[in-house]
Amino acid sequence: MHPIIKLVSQRLALGFLLLFGASALIFGLTEALPGDAAQAVLGQSATPEALANLREEMGLNRPAMTRYFEWLGGIVQGDLGQSLTNKLDIAESIGKRLGNTLFLACVAAIVSVPLAIFLGLLAVRYRNRWPDKLISGITLTTVSIPEFLIGYVVIYYVSVKLGWFSSLAMINDSMSFGQKLYAIALPAFVLTLVVLAQMMRMTRAAILNLMQSAYIETAELKGLSTFQVIARHAFPNAISPIVNVVMLNLAYLVVGVVVVEVVFVYPGMGQYLVDAVTKRDVPVVLACGVVFAAVYIGLNMVADIVSILANPRLRHPK
Amino acid sequence: MNEQLTHMSKQVTAGKLTRREFMGKAAALGVSAAMASTMFANAARAAGPKKGGDLKFGLQGGESTNSLDPATYASSVPFQNGKQFGDQLVEVAPDGTIEPRLAESVEGSADAKVWTFKLRNGVEFHNGKTMTSEDVLKTMERHSNEDSKSGALGIMKGIESMKADGDNFQVTLNEPNADLPYLMADYHLIIQPDGGMDNPAAGIGTGPYKLEVDEPGVRHLFTKNENHWNSDFGNFDSVEVVVINDATARTAALQSGQVHAVNRVEPKVADLLGRAPNLTVNSTAGRGHYVFIMHCDTAPFDNNELRTALKYAINRADLVDKVLRGYGSIGNDMPINSAYPLFDETIEQREFSIEKAAEHYKKSGHDGSPIILRVADGAFPGAVDAAALFQQTAAQAGIPLEIKREPNDGYWSEVWNVQPFCASYWGGRPVQDQMYSTAYLSTADWNDTRFKVQAFDDMLFAAKAELDTEKRKGIYSQMGRMVRDEGGLICPMFNDFVEGISNQLDGWESDPTQEMMNGNISRKMWFV
Repeated sequence: MHPIIKLVSQRLALGFLLLFGASALIFGLTEALPGDAAQAVLGQSATPEALANLREEMGLNRPAMTRYFEWLGGIVQGDLGQSLTNKLDIAESIGKRLGNTLFLACVAAIVSVPLAIFLGLLAVRYRNRWPDKLISGITLTTVSIPEFLIGYVVIYYVSVKLGWFSSLAMINDSMSFGQKLYAIALPAFVLTLVVLAQMMRMTRAAILNLMQSAYIETAELKGLSTFQVIARHAFPNAISPIVNVVMLNLAYLVVGVVVVEVVFVYPGMGQYLVDAVTKRDVPVVLACGVVFAAVYIGLNMVADIVSILANPRLRHPK
Repeated sequence: MNEQLTHMSKQVTAGKLTRREFMGKAAALGVSAAMASTMFANAARAAGPKKGGDLKFGLQGGESTNSLDPATYASSVPFQNGKQFGDQLVEVAPDGTIEPRLAESVEGSADAKVWTFKLRNGVEFHNGKTMTSEDVLKTMERHSNEDSKSGALGIMKGIESMKADGDNFQVTLNEPNADLPYLMADYHLIIQPDGGMDNPAAGIGTGPYKLEVDEPGVRHLFTKNENHWNSDFGNFDSVEVVVINDATARTAALQSGQVHAVNRVEPKVADLLGRAPNLTVNSTAGRGHYVFIMHCDTAPFDNNELRTALKYAINRADLVDKVLRGYGSIGNDMPINSAYPLFDETIEQREFSIEKAAEHYKKSGHDGSPIILRVADGAFPGAVDAAALFQQTAAQAGIPLEIKREPNDGYWSEVWNVQPFCASYWGGRPVQDQMYSTAYLSTADWNDTRFKVQAFDDMLFAAKAELDTEKRKGIYSQMGRMVRDEGGLICPMFNDFVEGISNQLDGWESDPTQEMMNGNISRKMWFV
């Protein structure tokens, strides 16, 4: 078997094992939280009878183990089950929400990844001169400010004062692609600002590291321009750390943006998960948790494989 | 100039002048913008409701776990949804009287035990079915039978039997209750086809708007129900309820005109927001109150001297000022205020007094160990700050309060009604009887102060059966005094509903029953 295929299949198997472990952990932790779905739904208006009836209906009276393995039995057949609280089909709800989250993440990534790498290269080209300092200064500033604050500032000026964009990034099926893009312009912009710095700094650091190498000196001595040296000789060797940090940020764009979702009222996965945790809606929490874990594991796998492919020594192990 | 303004106002009333034109002309006459705006609003109101337009709410209090099943309603967005697609038998009017909805009239027997609701004829559900008394009966059964999971279960307890008879729906009670119609106005009790027995979350009712889109935690879209039984209700073509849980995002959406009405404006920004030219901040005195509750049956709170000491040690005026920023009024350690019918104004207001607090504390003989007050941000907005202020004033009287912060998550199941001393809130009820029956009757599930006094219970039942309002008022006055002097309730303040409404809307009226005009904005307001 080709070593790459072998590696991928090994990684996949390990990934599934990890997912299983993650689901068990999530289930255990959600169970350990005080209260249950029945109490959370009824809240202050709970009477003992209503609580008992609701628990019975939700099937919360059965042992935790039984409920977990029922859920597991469902998910291996591709059935995510029903929400405890509103009886809606989880697969359908998640499908919509995940689609929205991926859409926002993709738009933010399409803007931010090339921009970050380009800015990183630019910073190396002009290292320790004003363009480098300017780029570092701006990106480090935007990453240091909490994202909700950037969100509010952007809403105040662009939406309330100028009225150019809507502060509600609500999208639905009846909108055209262009309308959707327009609707999510502000959150995508804020997310770009948030993820730009880490990728830019990593690109800069990884390439600067290589710029000390002997082969770079050779390239310079044979008369290549600085940018050619960076793009053709340094960058390919820096791909591995850059891809790692890019994947980390992509994963963040999918799983870590609940604050931005709340500020811009964007119907993504984050808010869905937070609501489900608050209401102890265990099947939904599990479903979201597994999706998020899968995103993390998947992207990390991609990063590893790309690193291997980009490195001849790992590509052809002896 | 006056004549000209009067003429212009008349033109507005006749629909011949738009707001923009009116403001422009008024400015040319040297009238200030604020003045002109008021004049325009008055003139437009005189013109009466206009039909049409798409209304958008931006509301806090919606989660992706929400269901359309009325039995599960516990927060603002589901409450608002229910008001769009559904009707109750009766509604509490802004003045506190009972207003007919699906019931044309209500009649009680002389002993207030048997109540007959005469149902409106020819009311149609959104699925085309005609409403019958069977549907009403099934609805009430679903909220009160043994399998009920309803938030209204608590108020349905005193019902002995119910029956459907032609156009009438009849309720027989175990004990007399002169206020039964108010119980039937509860927002959970939306009449559904077949009582919602088959599909409670279908969102099908008799209301002025029909459900189009249901995305829990995101938005709910409703369109006009042309067959509604009352053509005066519902002036808009569509109503969209958008869930905006973040306070800043909500006010920004209102300011930039993306929504027309928002709930829960934070008191600290209300003044600033009110200065925006395109909206009005409405503050409505309600029956909701923020409280600190002590269990009267648990040491050290089983000692009335200690309870009284704590009641004197809280600076109510300061709390209204700092926590509510003036959007509220001071409480008097009873759950009733002047927004309730039959309120006795002569009950003396308890004043903040370090001396009296210290005196009662001394008498209580408390050993000086810290008194633990549990609090979370979710108990009520500003609860943690309020507790800190309480702690400081109590310390002046020598009472050692220790604040224990609890997580918001799980507060209502783990702390409230479990721990002996904590912060909480009450939304208030339309009538005194309901408030006392819900939380102060010895046997009430939500007796969160463990106030169990036989004499009090007797008075409560006597008041239920008393049809003479003067006598009832007298009984309620005694009960209020009893809770104030012996109860476990520290009620420093009644909070207002603070809401932001776009100036494009007209027809606002203050309604103390629930927030957002008791959910009636989409029925009663209109676009100018």
